Amino acid sequence: MARRYDTRTTIFSPEGRLYQVEYAMEAISHAGTCLGILAKDGILLAAERRNTNKLLDEVFTSEKIYKLNDDMVCSVAGITSDANVLTNELRLIGQRYLFQYGESIPCEQLVSWLCDVKQAYTQYGGKRPFGVSILYMGWDKHYGYQLYQSDPSGNYSGWKATCIGNNSSAAISSLKQEYKEGEMTLKDAKALAVKVLVKTLDMAKLTSEKVEMATLSRINDKTVINILSNKEVEELIAEYEKSEAAIEATKKEQQKQAV
Amino acid sequence: MECLLGIKFKDFVLIAADMTATQSIIVMKTDENKLFKLSDKLVMAVSGESGDTTQFAEYIAKNIQLYKMRNTYELSPKEAASFTRRNLADTLRTSSPYHVNLLLAGYDEKEGPHLYYMDYLASAVSVDYAAHGYGGYFSLSIMDRNYLKNLNREQAYDLLKKCVKEIQLRLAINLPNFKVQAIDKDGIHDMPNITHADLK
Repeated sequence: MARRYDTRTTIFSPEGRLYQVEYAMEAISHAGTCLGILAKDGILLAAERRNTNKLLDEVFTSEKIYKLNDDMVCSVAGITSDANVLTNELRLIGQRYLFQYGESIPCEQLVSWLCDVKQAYTQYGGKRPFGVSILYMGWDKHYGYQLYQSDPSGNYSGWKATCIGNNSSAAISSLKQEYKEGEMTLKDAKALAVKVLVKTLDMAKLTSEKVEMATLSRINDKTVINILSNKEVEELIAEYEKSEAAIEATKKEQQKQAV
Repeated sequence: MECLLGIKFKDFVLIAADMTATQSIIVMKTDENKLFKLSDKLVMAVSGESGDTTQFAEYIAKNIQLYKMRNTYELSPKEAASFTRRNLADTLRTSSPYHVNLLLAGYDEKEGPHLYYMDYLASAVSVDYAAHGYGGYFSLSIMDRNYLKNLNREQAYDLLKKCVKEIQLRLAINLPNFKVQAIDKDGIHDMPNITHADLK
């Protein structure tokens, strides 16, 4: 049945669905995980790095986190080649706005303009939609720190903490549990990001080459974007392991006393 | 022949424009409004080719309103000035450039009052006080001499009167009426016109 309606991207199925768009979303749910957390004093993006081969020449320092302009950074989940096209478009939109108005584009406007492009591929043409979900973090003078997510259908939404890619629903539910509204500092957010990533990536040991992390904050009325070095990520992971070990130890202690 | 004046103070801006409409050497009317409201706290004073002035000012005003509709918030004076300059610059090298000179006065919630001077060649500068037209030859020196950042509304209006008086006394061209507006944190306020009669 499906085959009759999914040969073209722009045709509804009898149940009122657009199969190609749903397939694109499905593709993303297998892609590397990305998560974002909003804190009082900044924002953070963290992404799972999949291409880790020791023979790979390290051309890029970051593979999935892109700076868009002075005040925004995004991280992508999905088909990397599609993502490159979209980040290029995002930067163009940003520069076009800067050219016209002399200031950085407000966050939501940038997301909204890109979503218009994404939406067009679900309605026009005979080409396929972009297989990419994007997390955006940014600052603007209207609404301060912001975190947005957009998907292949061209829908977007603002979040306090969210996750896209592989195992994202599990990550979102643990973020929901652990996120403390209005109390999180960037430091807390980093710790939480590592904690959630360890849970969702389902690996024996999280290493710094598997994770990319970037933060955005305002210092002296200037946006400061920091892509964390391997060493900094390693320290975060070590800190997490130390605190986990401490919890484990107290648990054992309690069990001993109970017996 | 036309004259636009603007002075920026600590927490408001004054903007004034003569009210004379001429057609070659003939005065058509002396109650023309050359001050255009762009948004709640933004006013543009325009002079130049007579059709171009209205066309351009309205085009910018409508686009600024469109921006507000799309995004709920308004353009800041700085962004509006940049937008205006861009439009002027883009049309400058087409076959139909706008021949308009303008002053842009506005108030920004965070950054306070702003005054921009822009000419038909699309050069834009942020200034404390400025004038367009022959009136500038007489009024700028008066502003140089008497300008203080923290004058109150009344003193500021008097300074403007002084400038207009000199223009009406010394300029060979007849500019009997000036329309004046003040822009501050509460919006745009009409001030009494400065007329020939006032200055006797």
